[in-house]
Amino acid sequence: MTLLHVEGITKQFGGLRAVDNASLSVPPGTITGLIGPNGAGKTTLFGVISGFIPPTAGRIVYNGADITAHPPHRRARSGIARTFQIVQPFAGLSVVENIAVGAYLRHAKRADATRVASDIAHRVGLGAMLHQPASALTVAGRKRLELARALATAPRLLLLDEVLAGLNPSEIRDIIPIIQAIRAEGVTILMIEHVMQAVMNLCEHVYVLSQGRMIAEGTPQAICTDEQVIEAYLGHGAAGQMQAHA
Amino acid sequence: MYTPAIVAEAMVNGLLTGAVYALVALGLTLVYGVLHIINFAHGALLTCAMFAVWAASELLGINVYLAIPPLALIFLALGYALQRFVIGPASRGDDANTLLVTLGLSIAIENALLAAFKSDTRTLSGDAAFDVVELGPMLLSRPRLIGFAVALVVALLLWALLRRTDSGKAIRAVAREKMGASLMGIDVRHIYALTFGIGCACLAVAAGLLLPTFYVTPRVGQAFVLVAFTIVVLGGMGSVAGALLGGLLIGVVESLGGLLLGESLGQAGIFVIFILVLLLRPTGLFGARA
Amino acid sequence: MKISSVIAMAAVLLALVGVALFGPNTAINFLVTALIVALAAQGWNLLGGYCGQFSFGHAAFFGTGAYVTAILQSRYGVNAWIGCGCGILAGAAIGTLIGWLSFRAGLRGSYFALITLAFAEVLRIAANAAPITGGGTGLLLKLDMRAANFQFASRGTFCLIVLACVLAVLALTTWIARTKRGAEFAAVRENEDAARALGIDVLVTKLRAMALSGAITAAAGCLYTQYFLYLDSNIAYGSWISVESLLAVIVGGIATPAGPIIGALALHALGEATRLLAGRITGIDLVLFGLILVAATAFAPKGLAGLWNAAQSRRSPRA
Repeated sequence: MTLLHVEGITKQFGGLRAVDNASLSVPPGTITGLIGPNGAGKTTLFGVISGFIPPTAGRIVYNGADITAHPPHRRARSGIARTFQIVQPFAGLSVVENIAVGAYLRHAKRADATRVASDIAHRVGLGAMLHQPASALTVAGRKRLELARALATAPRLLLLDEVLAGLNPSEIRDIIPIIQAIRAEGVTILMIEHVMQAVMNLCEHVYVLSQGRMIAEGTPQAICTDEQVIEAYLGHGAAGQMQAHA
Repeated sequence: MYTPAIVAEAMVNGLLTGAVYALVALGLTLVYGVLHIINFAHGALLTCAMFAVWAASELLGINVYLAIPPLALIFLALGYALQRFVIGPASRGDDANTLLVTLGLSIAIENALLAAFKSDTRTLSGDAAFDVVELGPMLLSRPRLIGFAVALVVALLLWALLRRTDSGKAIRAVAREKMGASLMGIDVRHIYALTFGIGCACLAVAAGLLLPTFYVTPRVGQAFVLVAFTIVVLGGMGSVAGALLGGLLIGVVESLGGLLLGESLGQAGIFVIFILVLLLRPTGLFGARA
Repeated sequence: MKISSVIAMAAVLLALVGVALFGPNTAINFLVTALIVALAAQGWNLLGGYCGQFSFGHAAFFGTGAYVTAILQSRYGVNAWIGCGCGILAGAAIGTLIGWLSFRAGLRGSYFALITLAFAEVLRIAANAAPITGGGTGLLLKLDMRAANFQFASRGTFCLIVLACVLAVLALTTWIARTKRGAEFAAVRENEDAARALGIDVLVTKLRAMALSGAITAAAGCLYTQYFLYLDSNIAYGSWISVESLLAVIVGGIATPAGPIIGALALHALGEATRLLAGRITGIDLVLFGLILVAATAFAPKGLAGLWNAAQSRRSPRA
């Protein structure tokens, strides 16, 4: 049983093959990681899964249905929420208004949407900033806002694109339990992450993308010792050198 | 019936007009390409330039073509000041603000001209409009031939300026990557203003080339600016070569349209082409970058 | 809302009603024109202010409303009230059509402003050439002052009707801003990608704003027709109404419910004052309007409403 099934996705930008026949599966109730060096095509693949980028080939199956042709807003309505690596706040709106936009997806009434938004703001640690303009938030605050807005849509599948990037270690320590709590409520999570400490702590299963191809998958522990993965990150021959030193 | 000679003459006339259109469009596309703003005051500034040419010729008695170089310099300075001290500071780099500021300027300039000159139609005295050259079976207007030649030379000069001079290189650097250029020590505000000034100088030249065979009223710029917008969109926003080709193309289309459909429908035709181009090929016919 | 703002609004309302009931004809004429512009501007504000799509061609809606009601009455003998209803629907329809064409083609920002301008101009040229609109000579409605005919012997009565329309749209705007639809408008204005990711159909949201905006501005056109009983293509589809509806919003306060009303009244008062001081020089009031647009953008991006609020919060710093 899988909630999300990515089947042989290829995305060609002119002469560049950003994603090359990549496949992955996300079982419900898990946290799955997607890692890989810079420029590997992770964010492009996220764009394809969330419907912002049409794939050149391949299909996306969500909850048993082929959603490859569905526009982003339809995927959001069917329970796929995403955050953006480059945060996209509604800069002119307040924090609670930002989150309420997401909450309106499941709650038609203003009072309900605002209440849900305010609850979620408290959960992600934005409770003290409800009525501040989103543009006044720090980087960490904006990351939390991205997360809060996506949560407000009451998703079944949450796509997190580097929510920890740019945060300092104490900020990362604060967010990890929030993500664990989200999973504990039954939300399935697929996350792109560079912070290996977080990947090791959070993910049951990890996929590794390099130069558009899926080169490895497994438990975080297995991935860390995989020769191909080490070479993808550190360059050709690196795995051998590490073993020689060990 | 339309004999081949009549059609050929209409086409050549279209090319002649089209070159001057291209010059108007060139100013617009240059400003768009570098500043990434649509200058709604372009038409009003053209009207302003045409009144300046008219005044130089009729009130000061200067030959139109001799008036062009000093007027081009004056408009270069005017455009520079306008961008540096009005449009730039007032819009603070925000697209919506730029739209509003240039719209406000266009309203103010146009109506100031209306208040000063009334809505009368003015032409240059003398019979330049009837000065024709025989070319094979065709009778072509001499001022329009001159206009064609000068417009092409100016376009070439502009191209050379952008390619060969330091200022041109700085302009292209800013157009490509504003932040990078600014880190390399290029004064972006100066380049913006300079580009805007060059756009206005193009208008002054175009005004001088238009007036011998055209008229000026306080609202004349509106008609031209929509043609210019059409050309700019057709040629790909920001593309100098695109503006030139687009201008020639629109000139021919308008001339043939006028021949086949009559003048009044020709005017609506330009708008319809404009709408169609925007809806179908917003990146331009010549596949310029979006 | 602060007490002082409520008092200020009540005072303005009382003054407007007073002018409508007891004012001289010139004052009522002034008020009717200003309020019609305010109504057109309220339409602009919904699309441009709340949904972030700047139109330079709201004349397309104003003129369509005006012409539809005028043609239905003068050529087909349709009742004036029904004619106005049709005019408003026609405004919504043309708004949806222009929106559908432009937004499907992916036009945004300056491109959208340009294409709305072009649509309005095409309609103006067409109205100037077509026989059904009376071409260049225009359309004259038969004078028949009966309430059943949407014509009133007393100008004051008509003025109150226009005022009622403006207040109704004010209430509608205030209400929409507090609903899910209002949140969708704001989300689309602020960031289309983020809106999409949160399940908002951006195209449908923009079309809703276009239809509503078109209907409201068309209503202003209908009222214009009923009051002046004459139309030509330069009145109906002329750029004056596109500019004034935009200008009133920017001057009064963009994306504020009362902004268009404040702006329209302030601009028209200023226009009258200029004419008194500078005499009847054509265009001089518009020179001033243009410069005000530049100045408002530069120094008061939230318009008069923003200046008022700023002044209020300065007086009571922790309110």
